[in-house]
Amino acid sequence: MNFQSKTKADFKVVGTRVARPDGVDKVTGRALYGADFSVPGMQVGLILRSPHAHAIINSIDASEALALPGVKAVVTSADWGIPDDADLRDVQDNCLARGKVLYDGHAVAAVAAKDMATAKAALKLIKVDYTPLPHVTDVDVAMKPDAPVVQEARADESVPEGSGPNVTHYCEFGHGDLEAGFAKADKIIERSFTTAATHQGYIEPHACLASYNTDGKADLWCCTQGQFMVRDLCAGIMGMEGSQLRVTASEIGGGFGGKTTVFIEPVALALSRKSGRPVKIVMSRVDVFRATGPTVSSSMDVRIGMTRDGRITAGEAKLRYQGGAFPCGTVDMGAQAAFAAYNMEAVRTQGWNALTNRPKEAAYRAPGAPMAIYAVESVVDELCQQLDLDPLDVRIKNAADAGTKSSYGPTFDQIGLLATLEAAKAHDHYDAPLGENQGRGLSCGFWFNFGGNTSVSMIINSDGTVGVTEGNPDIGGSRASISMMAAEELGIPYDKVRTVITDTNSIGHNDVTDGSRVTFAVGLATIKAARDAIRVMCERVAKIWGIDADAVIWEDGAAKPSGPNAGNFEPMTLAEIAAISSETGGPIAGHHEVNAEGAGVSFGVHLADVEVDPETGATQVLRYTVFQDAGKAVHPDYVEGQMQGGAAQGIGWALNEEYIYGEDGLLQNAGFLDYRIPVASDLPNIDTVILEIPNPGHPYGVRGVGETPIVPPLAALSNAVSRAVGVRLTELPMSPPRILKAIMAEG
Amino acid sequence: MQYMKPQTAAEVSDILARSEGAARILGGGTDLLVQLRSGMIEPETIIDIKNLSGIADITPEDGGLRIGAAVPGQKLGEHSGARAMWPGVVEACELIGSTQIQGRCTMAGNLCNGGPAADSVPAMIAAAAVARIEGPDGARDCNVEDFVTGPGKTVLGKGEFVSSIFLPARPAAASDAYLRFIPRTEMDIAVASAGVNIELASDGTIKSARVALGAVGPRAVLVPDAADAITGSKLEDPVIAALVRACEAAASPIDDKRGTVEFRTTVAGVLAKRAARIAMSRAKDRAGENT
Repeated sequence: MNFQSKTKADFKVVGTRVARPDGVDKVTGRALYGADFSVPGMQVGLILRSPHAHAIINSIDASEALALPGVKAVVTSADWGIPDDADLRDVQDNCLARGKVLYDGHAVAAVAAKDMATAKAALKLIKVDYTPLPHVTDVDVAMKPDAPVVQEARADESVPEGSGPNVTHYCEFGHGDLEAGFAKADKIIERSFTTAATHQGYIEPHACLASYNTDGKADLWCCTQGQFMVRDLCAGIMGMEGSQLRVTASEIGGGFGGKTTVFIEPVALALSRKSGRPVKIVMSRVDVFRATGPTVSSSMDVRIGMTRDGRITAGEAKLRYQGGAFPCGTVDMGAQAAFAAYNMEAVRTQGWNALTNRPKEAAYRAPGAPMAIYAVESVVDELCQQLDLDPLDVRIKNAADAGTKSSYGPTFDQIGLLATLEAAKAHDHYDAPLGENQGRGLSCGFWFNFGGNTSVSMIINSDGTVGVTEGNPDIGGSRASISMMAAEELGIPYDKVRTVITDTNSIGHNDVTDGSRVTFAVGLATIKAARDAIRVMCERVAKIWGIDADAVIWEDGAAKPSGPNAGNFEPMTLAEIAAISSETGGPIAGHHEVNAEGAGVSFGVHLADVEVDPETGATQVLRYTVFQDAGKAVHPDYVEGQMQGGAAQGIGWALNEEYIYGEDGLLQNAGFLDYRIPVASDLPNIDTVILEIPNPGHPYGVRGVGETPIVPPLAALSNAVSRAVGVRLTELPMSPPRILKAIMAEG
Repeated sequence: MQYMKPQTAAEVSDILARSEGAARILGGGTDLLVQLRSGMIEPETIIDIKNLSGIADITPEDGGLRIGAAVPGQKLGEHSGARAMWPGVVEACELIGSTQIQGRCTMAGNLCNGGPAADSVPAMIAAAAVARIEGPDGARDCNVEDFVTGPGKTVLGKGEFVSSIFLPARPAAASDAYLRFIPRTEMDIAVASAGVNIELASDGTIKSARVALGAVGPRAVLVPDAADAITGSKLEDPVIAALVRACEAAASPIDDKRGTVEFRTTVAGVLAKRAARIAMSRAKDRAGENT
């Protein structure tokens, strides 16, 4: 849906680098995170977790724990009903296991006690009788017909007959005649790839405080990417009506998709209901690794054909993802995104999801796309190497553009891929000389972006200031961007606007903060809410002037007569109108509710230079440049921050991060020592180039920017390392032992 | 849990001897507090040794240096005498933990923790450092290479603790170096490590050497064959190859989440080679400065 034929171009506030509104709170330590909420009488909640990868729970005996002085309640899955809805049931069964534990760390029972020491002692007194079962943690093993069965009969209608018992989902996308396409190719390369499961690595562990009152009303304070999502899931699990559960989101110490579901919140509510006291649960880092949601791991086959002059003739990808012990559809997004950067005559992607004895996958920044695009971009790079073609020229030659029928179906509107590729080509990074043991890698990246249900309310205070109320936790600078868009539309300075994020009883529904949707969708609703308030202000002024409301226009923060025919009146500013609002009809406000469409897909191109120590396999990232289309960069600092942050996470994924399971099916590296996210000294300064190709679906041309930047680093790094060492790497992470082994195998 | 802060070594030893194995020494506390918080240990008594006389001092002794058991990495790193005489030991100690940890962590604690991957230990072994042990029968000395007997296990008996580390005197034309391999650049644990200590003869050949490896076996080890391989040489290519072979032969690592046997063995040799070259270059520089 186009809001206007031409997107706005003359900005006063949007595009500037104003001071962030949460900066002082955060640097002075006053920002309130999930664990910072406390109330009188509060009990400590602690969760008992499975020591097995897969086992039947024969019995849970909490009698000794309950007899311990200071223990107020113990809950298990028996304290909840069994939801009819399969997705809700899976969320609930992940919060407290029902019948079987499905992975190492799966929650089994929880205790509320007067303090941490008592809670710890109580956990040791809960007796769980298990019968261990065979387990499977590897996706390729899980796909086999004779694999240990994680859950019975979870395949959906898409799964072809004869698939293994753990396969829950199958998907297929594409168009054109694949074999005819491959027949036109001068060179065909087929490779298999694997990527490890990686964790979002947010610094703030999950934390919540639940207070369930005797009248059946409850309050929940928690760290989340979506208070409405928490409200809906918890109300469903607890059998509550939505209005009776008020959820307030705290400040958030990182989410990256990992806080788009619940793990501890329903448990805290159950403990509070049972104990009659408020209960706080704070996860440890070990628990975060063992029992929250990392992203999927994958095993993939990609086959691409190319002509001698660099035209891609056909491409095919087979993606096998595992997202833990519960069904998930992440592979759909991988299968759709894999070839999105290319204008393809013949393309087919197939995806399978298989259950394993691992924690339930949660979203992680562009979920499903980085691994699929890594595999495709690796094969494209190898084709360029073998055909002696410039990898950037080949991308430009095959790039999707406006009007291209995408590999996943829809025809693209205005997209910024070509402009981004041209910017990379023109940049001095691309031609900079490389030294010994160094290599340069390039990759395109893509993400769909999302709009979704959004509500914004805006108040015009009588002193001429403005309050914006919205319902999406600020995970990437959205409060600044929203205030800026409100100020822009109203024509007032940025510092006259304050944006706050409110609870679930104080504004209409908002979808969870995901899909890079907030700056786009909440921004759009904010602009519309401002227009709503402007309409009211114009009506008030029309009344004062005694003319038709149609004859009043809004310009530069003031109401003005629309022209000489409307009359000769001095403009009235927002502050002047607000000051006398009680005499013109009462308080002035605006609001807007929408299910926003037109998010506009996003493309990025990354360039990475690495040096690999040929004797140890250690990789140093020497130089890194991100090029990305932001539509309109509302606050360029935050846009650059998103581009740098995504690149940093992708570099970690490419080089060192992985969930490591032992033969026993237990997670071996549940901590930041052996789960290696990059530290500051591991990274070069990540340079950014913002392109602005307006998104026609937003009044200011905004596109989501948060997810795309994690997509290209995997292949950019792999292509750089492969070129540096002269061996094609096909396994992530490219940890030093893997790289050294590849170098030594090559001789 | 009780916290005690005795004034003398005898008192420390007495408390340790009386406790039923549930007393722990608090020096820097950078291992102790982590173990406490993660629930690995539940001691009844914490004995803070920082009030002992000289425990936080670096004192010249017999041409060498005595490093108190509570001297933090930061303080050692700022000691110009230590840096000049034993740069390898100092750089190893400075690799323990992060900048914040450096304000507290100690070489003695790093040694007593008994970890196979402890950064300062291979450097101390290469330096022929000696641990001073206080106990119910008074003080005794133990060469660092003999101190750790297995992962988390040491020669310390009932009532004993380490009060200082002694770094011996050395001639001018000598130096040392320590290198470790970690997958990141910081905040990590050694996957393989090597300390090399070299003394040069007047003709520039290696008069004597000590080579130690860490993280490639249950404890850090001295590798006499590696030292023999380079003694009498100027680190010519065949000599380096022999050094690498000796180190690879001495490595007995395991496959684990941090690295494979093959990787650790290979990298141990690479690090020994590189550390030897650095130690050689430093020794030459020092010899030059003193002529």
